Amino acid sequence: MYRLVKTLNRQALVNATVSIFVVIAIVIAGSRNLQNFDAALVAYLFGTVFAVFGIAYRYSVWLQRPPTRLYWYRSWQFLFSKNFIPYALRSLKLFLRNILLQRFIYPRGKLRWFGHLMLAVGCVLAFAITIPLTFGWIHFTLDPNSISTYNAHFFGFVVTSFELGTPIAVITFHALVWCSVIVTIGAVIMLRRRLTDGGLIATQTFEGDWLPLFLLIAISVTGIGITYDYTFLQGRTHQFMSVTHAITVILFLIWLPFGKFFHIFQRLAQLGANIYKVEGMKRGMAVCPHTKEEFASITHIEDLKNVSKKLGFDFSLKNGGSHLDLSPEGKRSALAKAHYKARKESGKFFG
Amino acid sequence: MAVSEYNQEMEFFVDMQRCIGCHACEMACAECETNGQESMIHVHYIDRAVSVQTTVQVCMHCDEPACATVCPADAITKDNFGVVHSANTSRCIGCSNCVLACPFGVPIKFEESELMMKCNMCYDRTSAGKKPMCATVCPSQALYYGTREEIRKRRPESVPVNTFKFGELEVKTKVKIMMPKGATKIIVD
Ligand code: SF4
Ligand code: SF4
Repeated sequence: MYRLVKTLNRQALVNATVSIFVVIAIVIAGSRNLQNFDAALVAYLFGTVFAVFGIAYRYSVWLQRPPTRLYWYRSWQFLFSKNFIPYALRSLKLFLRNILLQRFIYPRGKLRWFGHLMLAVGCVLAFAITIPLTFGWIHFTLDPNSISTYNAHFFGFVVTSFELGTPIAVITFHALVWCSVIVTIGAVIMLRRRLTDGGLIATQTFEGDWLPLFLLIAISVTGIGITYDYTFLQGRTHQFMSVTHAITVILFLIWLPFGKFFHIFQRLAQLGANIYKVEGMKRGMAVCPHTKEEFASITHIEDLKNVSKKLGFDFSLKNGGSHLDLSPEGKRSALAKAHYKARKESGKFFG
Repeated sequence: MAVSEYNQEMEFFVDMQRCIGCHACEMACAECETNGQESMIHVHYIDRAVSVQTTVQVCMHCDEPACATVCPADAITKDNFGVVHSANTSRCIGCSNCVLACPFGVPIKFEESELMMKCNMCYDRTSAGKKPMCATVCPSQALYYGTREEIRKRRPESVPVNTFKFGELEVKTKVKIMMPKGATKIIVD
């Protein structure tokens, strides 16, 4: 055990531990010292705490990789510069466009974009509902003076009331069903792609690509099963439905930090990469000595020289320059010229 | 990955001197199903002002890929066959680090979709025992996919080389370049 702990990343372990304490603290605060905590959801809470630990751990390890650390550092540096307002607005715009609406997937395929959007919207909505419920931040009570009015509490305060049977009650109590339907539609679209696209068939893996979709469908179907049970079966299969649903959700939570779903958290780095590009362009562009054209920002090339050197790729040349000063086309031409030179020196171009 | 018949006896041999700039490989590359109908191969004049010689560049599938090493999103992976795959679409954040760090100028960043794509040696085909698209159509055999024995017979005056020098840095690759007999490496600059 001690040896296992020793192989763990220290900084990441600290960050992950701190984050679970934060989660526990906000659960206690939000549920008013666990007064409003729903004991039936305790398994989900453990799953969530584990997921938070895992995500914080993996994220911290990830940030320690030199190229990631550089982007992380530069993103904040450029954001909190004198251009804070334009960069913050730009990031907000890109957040809406690319993170929420996922428009960057659109050019990769319309149906693909739609399918992925369904997955994302369904999952995010479901999280937005279930996490506050699990943490005991939200709970519903029957109004003491009525037999049909429900009060919704947030952090222990009544925020709204509604009558049973009204549209708002139907939407509130069935919100997770809609999420499940949306996620299932998305998952089916994505599964269809995986069955028919030759390129995907060649490169996909079961655990990396199929399992996440199966898991999402399983969560959705078992979730719908709970509603189906109390709507049509008078709760006769409640135990089975709720146990299978809990198992699928907890599997999902445990797997969240390790598998494909981790990309949800990595994706935000795209915003940083965008600021980096824009700020780099402002600071000045590098011109390729071969093509004589601008091809990237000087900041990017210089940063990359440092990072690649740290990682064991020192592209410095004897003349004091660097192979990285060339644009991609310049690099291809340099190789072709070297090949030509060698052929020429040998006296034979072919054969 | 669903690999069944990756034939590791088959190797990729490139001889840019033989490239006639016909762009047939470029058209064929777009047929590769793993690229979503985008061509990944590069064909262009080396230095149009002084020569009409063209060059062709596929991914060299480096033993230690610079592209994967500098990727902040861990989006590029090398498999057990030595194939360095195109960016994992769910991870790539479109930062272009790989585009600028690849010593052979291979990866392409698609701005609109914030995604890098590159040659994966037609993984859909090679993993099923077939040749990459480009090598099947190249009329001058600047791109050749076959066994070592075959290439030795066809090019008795040349040897396949897979060691490249960029300054002090040495890069070894899965794809080979045909060099004059006796050569062991290519000194790029
Ligand atoms: S040639 Fe470039 S893109 Fe291909 S593996 Fe090497 S570094 Fe990566
Ligand atoms: S463009 Fe994508 S694959 Fe290339 S280095 Fe950036 S994140 Fe990695």
